[in-house]
Amino acid sequence: MTQDDAHRERAFQARIDADETIEPKDWMPERYRKQLIRMMSQHGHSEIVGMLPEGNWITRAPTLRRKMVLLAKVQDEAGHGLYLYSAAETLGIDRFELVQQLLDGTAKYSNIFNYPTLTWADIGVIGWFVDGAAIVNQTMLAHASYGPYARAMVRICKEENFHKKQGLEIVATMAGGTAEQRDMVQDAVNRWWWPSLMMFGPSDKDSPNSQELLRWRVKRKGNDELRQRFVDLTVPQAKAVNLTLPDPELRFNQESEHWEIGAINWEEFNQVIRGNGPCNRERLAARRRAFEDGRWVREAAAAYAAKRDTCNEFQAA
Amino acid sequence: MADQKTGRAGEVKDSEWPLWEVFVQEVGGEPHQHAGSLHAPDAEMALQNARDVYSRRGKVSSMWVVPSEKITASSPEENGSFFDPSNDKVYRHPQFYKVPRGVKNL
Repeated sequence: MTQDDAHRERAFQARIDADETIEPKDWMPERYRKQLIRMMSQHGHSEIVGMLPEGNWITRAPTLRRKMVLLAKVQDEAGHGLYLYSAAETLGIDRFELVQQLLDGTAKYSNIFNYPTLTWADIGVIGWFVDGAAIVNQTMLAHASYGPYARAMVRICKEENFHKKQGLEIVATMAGGTAEQRDMVQDAVNRWWWPSLMMFGPSDKDSPNSQELLRWRVKRKGNDELRQRFVDLTVPQAKAVNLTLPDPELRFNQESEHWEIGAINWEEFNQVIRGNGPCNRERLAARRRAFEDGRWVREAAAAYAAKRDTCNEFQAA
Repeated sequence: MADQKTGRAGEVKDSEWPLWEVFVQEVGGEPHQHAGSLHAPDAEMALQNARDVYSRRGKVSSMWVVPSEKITASSPEENGSFFDPSNDKVYRHPQFYKVPRGVKNL
């Protein structure tokens, strides 16, 4: 590192420490830019891939009301993916490159979307747990030091208000229904609880990126603190709908006033990241197929724009 | 020009479509605010996509799409001199002036 760069990095950190917002044209360390591109593209890909498990149930939603809600939610996720891609592009990476990285498997997306949605109850539990966890994370990211990321998060948080509520509504309805419906929703809770806790990422002491992101105030809270917040919010909600969380070690610590959980199976987490989750291959295949199936639309739109340009030039001449 | 951007029909990539910045006015009378950006082959589709992506909630009374390459922005490095607040020119502020005793509503 040259002396000049060291000086610039110190000035950059001083801006961060003074809670200034970093904008696209500002000087930033290459590592900050790289980490943000990685994080924001993963986030964007998660929104896009996240449409797949829920989209699976649109045609089989039990009522018209549930179907309208699910359609609106999945459409929101598409919009959120676009917000994030456009925010990532302000860092100098190309949209096409971002999409290619997803399709060729070099970019990651949230592990949670590599699990299958086996029953209708999964849709309720996803809204409650997965969106609930995402909201905890995104509320923090709305204060990220990088302006375009923070602004995209504000927009997303506003829109996601209904996602969690609609999920809990489905869960509460089934929990108060027939014995069969209750069993179905309890089964979904059992399957989604641990993967949802893993969404916050490894414990801070094992997370290679956490410290750096905290120092740059991209993140404002560590993975463990966010996970704890989600647990504390969710345990009373589970009690309210009479469902059991699948953790025999779950207990309330009177001193800390937090709910303590048992050990997370990080081996499962690592297996899913490495591509060995139940749906990794299916998800990527679906995205590749969507990209190929959309090709003629992109080509037609471009051809139409080019033709109209030619006509305009002809008329002008 | 259009041919260079879009390439041959068989080689079209999304990213070769121009980037547009989207500005949204929520209520008439308020300023348009930057909402984000998107890719589109022409202005008409840019506006339609902007409608789909940036107005899925609440009221929007007007929307602009502007080709990103047409925007000229100031450089952060030159902020100091470029946006000199002229604090040394005290006569630009009303407190600089003496008001005769007894004069009101000036």
